[in-house]
Formats: sequence, structure tokens, C-alpha cells
Amino acid sequence: MNAALARLRAPQSTLLRSLALALLAGVALFIASELLSAYDDLQLASGSYYFVVLAGLTVLTGLSGQISLGHGALMAVGAYTVTLLVGNEHWALVPALAAAILTTALVGTIVGAAATRLRGPYLAGATLAFAIGLPALADKYPNTFGGANGLIINPPTPPSGLGSSFPLERWEAWIAGAGALVVVFLMRNLTRSGVGRSFRAVRDDEIAASLCGLHVGRVQTLAFVVSAACAGLGGGLLAVVLQLAAPGAFELGLSLSLLTAVVLGGLGSLVGAIWGAAVLVLLPGWSNDLAHSFSLSTNVSNNLPLAVYGLVLIVAMLVWPSGIQGGVRRIIAVARRILRRRIGGTPEKLDKHSTQDQEEQPNES
Amino acid sequence: MRVDKHKVRAVGAVGALLVALVVAGCGSSSSSSSSAPGVTATSITFGTHQPLTGPAAPGYSEIAPASQAFFDYLNAQGGINGRKIHLIIKNDEYNPTQTVSVVHQLVLQNNVFGIFEGLGTPTHTKVVSYLNSSKVPDMFVASGCACWDNGTAQPYTFGWQTQYTIEGKILGQYIKQHYAGKKIGVFYQDDDFGTGGLAGIKDELPASSIVSAQPYQPGGTNVAPQISAIKAAGAEVLVDFTVPIYTALGQLTSFTLGYKPQLVVSNVGIDPTTVGGLLKTFSKGKAGTELIEGAVTDGYLPSSSDLSNPWIALFKKIHDQYDSSAPFDGNVEYGMANAYTLAQALQLAGKSLTREKLIEAVNEKGAQLTGPGLVPFRYSKTDHGGYSGVEIGQVRNGKIVLFGGPLVTEPTSGAPITPYTTAQPAPPSSGVSVP
Amino acid sequence: MTRFIDLTLNGISTGAVYAAVALALVMIWRATRIVNFAQGGMLMITTFIASSVIGSSGSYWLGFAVALVCGLVLGAVVERVLMRRVEGGPPLNAVIVALGLLILLEAGAGMIWGNTPRSFPPAFSIRGYDVGGTTLLFSPNDTFTVLVVVAVAVGLALLFRYTAVGLRMRASALAPEVARLLGVRVGRMFTLGWALAAFVGSLAGLLVAPSVFVGPNQFDPILIFGFTAAVLGGLDSPPGAVVGGILLGLALSYVSGYEGASLVTLAALVVLIAVLMIRPGGLFSTRKERRV
Repeated sequence: MNAALARLRAPQSTLLRSLALALLAGVALFIASELLSAYDDLQLASGSYYFVVLAGLTVLTGLSGQISLGHGALMAVGAYTVTLLVGNEHWALVPALAAAILTTALVGTIVGAAATRLRGPYLAGATLAFAIGLPALADKYPNTFGGANGLIINPPTPPSGLGSSFPLERWEAWIAGAGALVVVFLMRNLTRSGVGRSFRAVRDDEIAASLCGLHVGRVQTLAFVVSAACAGLGGGLLAVVLQLAAPGAFELGLSLSLLTAVVLGGLGSLVGAIWGAAVLVLLPGWSNDLAHSFSLSTNVSNNLPLAVYGLVLIVAMLVWPSGIQGGVRRIIAVARRILRRRIGGTPEKLDKHSTQDQEEQPNES
Repeated sequence: MRVDKHKVRAVGAVGALLVALVVAGCGSSSSSSSSAPGVTATSITFGTHQPLTGPAAPGYSEIAPASQAFFDYLNAQGGINGRKIHLIIKNDEYNPTQTVSVVHQLVLQNNVFGIFEGLGTPTHTKVVSYLNSSKVPDMFVASGCACWDNGTAQPYTFGWQTQYTIEGKILGQYIKQHYAGKKIGVFYQDDDFGTGGLAGIKDELPASSIVSAQPYQPGGTNVAPQISAIKAAGAEVLVDFTVPIYTALGQLTSFTLGYKPQLVVSNVGIDPTTVGGLLKTFSKGKAGTELIEGAVTDGYLPSSSDLSNPWIALFKKIHDQYDSSAPFDGNVEYGMANAYTLAQALQLAGKSLTREKLIEAVNEKGAQLTGPGLVPFRYSKTDHGGYSGVEIGQVRNGKIVLFGGPLVTEPTSGAPITPYTTAQPAPPSSGVSVP
Repeated sequence: MTRFIDLTLNGISTGAVYAAVALALVMIWRATRIVNFAQGGMLMITTFIASSVIGSSGSYWLGFAVALVCGLVLGAVVERVLMRRVEGGPPLNAVIVALGLLILLEAGAGMIWGNTPRSFPPAFSIRGYDVGGTTLLFSPNDTFTVLVVVAVAVGLALLFRYTAVGLRMRASALAPEVARLLGVRVGRMFTLGWALAAFVGSLAGLLVAPSVFVGPNQFDPILIFGFTAAVLGGLDSPPGAVVGGILLGLALSYVSGYEGASLVTLAALVVLIAVLMIRPGGLFSTRKERRV
């Protein structure tokens, strides 16, 4: 058994490894979408588009060290682009999503260029103002953007080859899942590439990085553009899955939720983005069920889910400062150490291996 | 043997994903049976989406619990056609993303028979096409938008309350008759509610008499630029298409400016308990309604402070028994009156109940329903609008007093406004009464 | 002309409110180098407490005093129990904990006092001054607000600049290890900083509450603009918070009055970006950019 596994080596090239992982994840998602009920397929779709946004945000905040409180507004750009193109101009899905990515990347370039001059709380303040200011365009130009009601589009019809009773929710899960797989592949490559290293270099020491020949402003702007592209795709997928784009869906609360999810899941890590997306999608439902399982007064049961969310944020940050992925990594390291001791081998060699594993690549998934 | 850490990581990540998905799946119920979902011989379940928390929650969060209280009252008597009515209330925080999610959950997981009293225009418009394509009854939406009034394209969706445009027209006619020649200013919410009301006002009043129309964005708290603009334009009558918080904010600014126009306020934003509560510490008396005293308003239900009205007495009794933690105000009355209409529709639909039968019942007999409403319904196969008019009222001694008789009209421009003279019937001693 | 005067006065009175919140944020930043989103939740709670005290006792100034004392206590408790554990770690963690605390406080307030906003009495009359036959959009209560804000700003500036305690607080925030070596009780300075910031925040809540009503979510717009004002003026500068607040208030008032309420948030964005592009540390920033 061990010999067989040893022969089945993981591919050495990052590109192929990422492709393999994406394919594996694709198979897992496909199986899951077939097994889950219609509503859970909708949750899967939601988790997928949140993952897409969070992947970009974790690269921006974790790898590039720039805080953004405005990613909800970038999602809005993607969502409105898709609803306008699909609803008014009757574009097909994939070109509309591509246009959403491009438009949001363009907005991200402008935001990123402005952001290169700002640090820390000043960047936070500027992105926060962006988060509340951009949706105002929907109210100012109600004829184009639908005003407070926003825009609605028709649901994406599954191709006829799948049969007439193919559940819409599963098709939406496939669309959003495909987007997530593309992002997994691209982001995993990016974080392990020279570009990813340049992000980290600029984050850790701007002066040293510029001495090495990196143009700090350009690297930081690129990080913003990449994360904006992800946010645009995420917003576009939201528009496809929910068939809507409205200012009420992209308020400041969304931007703050995205940031908390990224940190909660594990900053800088793509698996952390998966955890974050899972929390965003699953926690409200669980805490709502919890609130209604006791017979509490209306005021208490209405506000209990929110209180639980706040409490989870606080406790998680105190107990797992590196987020869920940090906690998981620690558990895996401990488990591996226990397993190795059971399997056997010289104690010195084993200790050397285990410390080596923990030291290298602390932020990779 | 050194395990390839990349393989471990890959398997670990995928495994974690699968575990998360399976755990997420564990909570879902089995698919619904082939007969009508959400209904058995002894019970029927509806779902609703409401803003229970967040900036839109004040006042509106009382409506669904009040409906539930009315259903509890009916259930204590055995329910309708032997079925007890249950209402599942889900919080969407006035966020359309949440609305879509909870409505899907109600239909797919909770297997409700239908959606009842979904609240809000920006929220509910996002689920109308889903509910209609899934053939789920979408009963009596809690919003006065004209969006629900389309029986041909949206056969499963019904409005209930008087449309904002109808209200605007009737208020406009009153202003034309009693404040002829005066300058009119309009302070309105920048969405369907405010623009619908303004359109109705403009239908009745000559354009030259409206000297200033200032929209506000819900969410901001500084309305002084808008009110001062209306004062600067010289408006002697101020029409408010506002929700209670903004009626109160407008009055505070008016007080600062020493501006005392004749107020005309939509029924949405006039509830004296709510507005009075917000203005309490500025008025000399304890009631807090001094700043809205004498305001002209309207209503399609009796005033909630009129305890001599038998419907209000009944609702108060039910409130005291089943919903006593909430104040007894216009929101509670709304929830109970709407619940009464749903119960009537269920009674009409009969003992062997299907979703289609409920829709047909409202289409065919809805216009003949009588109850706490002061005006008749407009229901037909094509018309799903709801109540057809309002009665003019005024805030006197901190309470709304209705006078002048109910008036009805169509939301189309130029349609005439006619009086409705049939008296409101008394409530039945138990259950609901149907034609 | 009257319109311009009205809008200017409105800008000053709303700007003073943003400045009040901005001062609390500046206080926390100078003392602990954390951006405290929970500030809004804390001042909302103390204002609720004040509202309950005023309601049961009938005395405004008693409620006022109780709110300020509660602010001091709440700030100290939050620092000791919660923030102490995240102060040394990554800065983003403190932000997340503060956000979590904000959500928890808003939900808690909803549970205890309900979601319906309630009225809050002003300290002085809100009837505008009568000048030459016209009533201005500025009242004795607005004068009180502006005076209190200016006084607090001056007080904070003096505290940080000229007192030993202020110096110790700044040292604890900027270089805690060095400060410890020099004998400064860094932990106590952090607690004091949080307590004072919550005190200023409570004051801001009491000044703001009459015009926004007291409810779990009623202070949110003020907090957002207060944060914007603090960033605008420079997070290290109390006078900056006041100038930033007034400037923002004026800009938003003019835009709301001349262009319409729908552009207000966009105007805030434009003003902030315009200032930050010229001075990335805010209007009153003292740091010089090091460009290599």
C-alpha cells in the first residue's frame, strides 16, 4: 500500500498541481451537487461565489497587506454589469461574466492606484467611503440602474441536453462552482508564482522590495486589480444565481462581512477562503434555527442570530488568531506528530522533519 | 516513509470541503410529497420574510407577529375548515439577497403552502418571478407598490393594501378641495412608495401649485436641506410620503425653523403612537403628538385608537391575549387585518385545498369580501391590487379620526374618485365571515 | 443667499456631530493604535442607559452624568477583558474583534430595549435663533454641541501634548517595549486610553441622540461619517477631527441641498479621496512620506 502511494507522486510543477487540485475539487463539487437537495444546491452556489470574492480579498489583504473595506461595492459593479448586459442587451452568460470581470478590474485599477498612497486606517477609511459612495450611483441614475429596487434578470436556463426537469438550483450551483474552480486554479498559481512573491515582498518591507527592483506602487495596484477581478466575478455570479442587482444587497455590512470571513477563515490562505465562505453561508441559517428552537421573547429571538455572529467573531479571534485554517493546521501538525510516533522511526529524524514542515511556507494552503 | 505533504494537503482540503458540504446537507428535510405541500387535514403552513432587525425593522417587525396572534386566536377555535394556520417568520434584514435565500428555504425546505405578507418592495420584487414560476401562492404582499397588480403575468401574486398612487390621488383631491390656491411642498422617500404617492398627487393637483418636491434617501439622518428648501419655496401645505422616522425628523427640522405648514401625511408614516414616541421629548405634553396635531391623513382600516369600533375592540382583545409584548398600534392592526383576509380566502377555497383553489377563490370572490377594511377589494382575474381606496382622516388630540366617508378609485391617471357608501360590517363572534 | 446660510449652518451643526464621534476614534487611535469600530456600539449602549435613567428619574443631567460614568467603566472593561488579548497580535485581528463587539452590542441592545427607536431630549432648546425676522437653522442646542466638541478637542490636544499622562499614553501606543523599559505601566495606559475614548464617545452619543433617535442601528450613519471625518482630519490630531468633521458636514450639506440627497455618500467619497490624495495622512498629518 505504501509503495503504491509512493509511486503516485504529486506532480512537481505548480501549474499541474493546481490543475489536479481544481479537477479534484470539481469532482467533489459535482458529486455534492448531485447529492444535495435543491435548497442546499442554492447554498452551494452562494458559497461558491463568496469563495470567489474571498479568494481575491485574502490575496489582497493577506499576501499584499492592503486592507479593503470596499469589496462589497466591487461585487456590486460585477453584479450590475451582468444584469445590465444579460437583461437589457441579452448577452450570453460567459461573455457577460467576462465583461463583469473586466469592468470591475478597471474600477479596481483606479481604486488601487489611489490606494498606493494610503496606508492602514487611511486605506480602510478610503475603501469604506468607496463602499458607501459607489452604490449611490444606483439611486442617482434610477432609469439605468433601477433605483432602490434595482434590476432583475431571468434565471439561467439549463441546456436542453440535461432534460426538462433538471433543477435550476443545481444548474446555478454548477455555474458558480465552475467559476470557483477557475479561481482556485488561477489564484493557487498566482500565490506561488513570482507575482505572489512580489506581493509578499512589498507587504513585508517596501524599501527592501524597491531595492530589489520591484515597483511598489505597481505591485500594490496589481494586487488590487486581481482582487477586484475576483470580486467582479463573484458579484456577476451572484447576479446569475439570485437574478438580481440592487443597492440593498451591497451595503456596507457586506464589505465588513467579507473582511471578517477572510480573517476568520485564515488570512492569506485559499483554504481559509473556503472556510470563510462556509461560515458566511451556513452560520446565519444555523443561528436562526438555534434562535427558534427555544421559545424566547420576540426581541431576544430576533436579535439572537446577530449576537451569535458577533460572539463567534470575538471568540474565534481570541482562540484561533490565525483563523480557522490556522487552527486546522495546528491540529493536523499535532496529529501528524502523533501518527509518526506510532509508525516509528528515529526520534531525531522525525523531529527535524516536523519542525521543517512547520517553518516553511507558513501561509500557503 | 515521508508522506508527500502536498498530497496530504490536497486530500485534506478536498476532504474538508466534502465534510462541510455533507454537514450542510444534514439539516435539509426530505422532498415534499406529491399532493399540495404545506397542508394536511389538520394544518396549513405559510411562510413570510420580514425585516426583524436592522434599520428597516422599527414598526415593521410587529406586523408578522400580530398576524400570527390572529391565527392563534382562530386556531383556538379550531382553525379554518378544521385546519390550524401556522406562520413561519424569517428575517431578511431588508436585504434582497437574504430575501431570495429565505424564500427559497421556505418553499424548498420548510415546504410551505404559500408565502404570506412578504414585506418590502425592493425585497419582494426579487422573489415574485420565482414564486410564480414555481406556482407558489404569494398572498397579500405587505407593500403598496403597483408591482403586485398584474394578474395576467403574475397570477400567483396578490397585493393587499391600498396602492400608493391611489392614496396620493385621494389626498391630492382633498388638498385641491380644501387648500385651493395654496402652495404645496412634497417631502417623499426616494423609492416606489414616495414616487408612487407623488405621482398620485400630481394627477390631481395642477403642476404649478407644487412649488417644491424633495426626495430623501432612507439611511441618512439629515433632512434639514430638504425641509428648508420646501420652506424657502414658500409651501403652505407640506405633503409627507415618509415612513414614521422621517415624518418625525421632518417635524424636528420644521420646529427648528419655526415652520408650521399644514401637514398632509401618508397613512404609512402617521401612526401617532410611533411618531409620537419619537417626538415625545420635544413636545410639552407626554403624548408627543403636538408636532403632528391637525395633520391630514388617510386610512383604509379604522383608526387603531378608535376602541369603539368593534373590529378594533376585537383586535385589541386578541393582542392582549396573544401579542401583548408589542404596543397596540397601526402595525399590529395591519398584521391582524391582513391575516383576517387570508383566513377568509382559505375559508372560501374550501376543505379540499390546493394552491390553485386558493388563487381561484381570491380571483372569483375576493372583490366581495368584507371585513375590517373601509373600502372594498379590487380583486379579479386580472386585477390583483388589493384595497381600492381610503378615507380621509385627521390627527385630533393625538388620535386619528376618519371623516368624510371612504373614497375609491383606480390607479390609472385621470380615473375618477367616487364615494363608497356601504357600511363596514360587524366582526363575526368567532372565526371569519365570507360571502 | 438664505439658502446658502441655512445650508452652512446645517453643515456646521451636523459637522460638529461627526467631529464628536471622530474625536472618540482619534482618542482610541492615539492611545492604542487600534481603529475601534466598537466605539459606535459602546456609545449606543451608554445613550440607551442615559435614556432609561432620564425616563425613570426625569432629570436630564443625571442621565448625562450616568452615561459618561458608564462610558468610562465600559471602555476600561472592554480593554481589560477583550482587547488586551489581541493588542499584541496582527492589527487586523483587533479590527475583527472590534467589529464582532459592535455586532454583539447592537444585538444586545435590541434584545434588552427592543428595535423601536425612542426619543431623546436635547440639553437645550432646538428652536432656531430668530435673527431679523427669519428663523435660522441653528439652535441653542447646536451652539452647545459645537462648544462641547471644541472644548473636548482642546482638552485632548492639551492632554496629549502637555501632560505627563498624555506622553505616557502616546509612548505606550507608539513604542510599548521601549516605554516599558522606561517604567511606563503600558497596560494601565491602554486601559486609561480606552476609558477616556469611551467617555468621549458617550458624550458624542448624548449630543447626537436628539437628532437621530436612540435605537440599535440609529447611530450607524453617524459612525460612518464620523470615521470618515477622523480619517479626513488625520487620526493623530484632535483639531484635525474637528476640522474634518465640520468640513465633511459642510460638504454633505451643500451637496444635499444643491444636488439632492442621493449624492451625499458619493460626495463623502469624493471629498475624502480628494484630501487623501494630497495629504495621505489626513489634513493635519505630521508624518512625512519617506520615498526611496
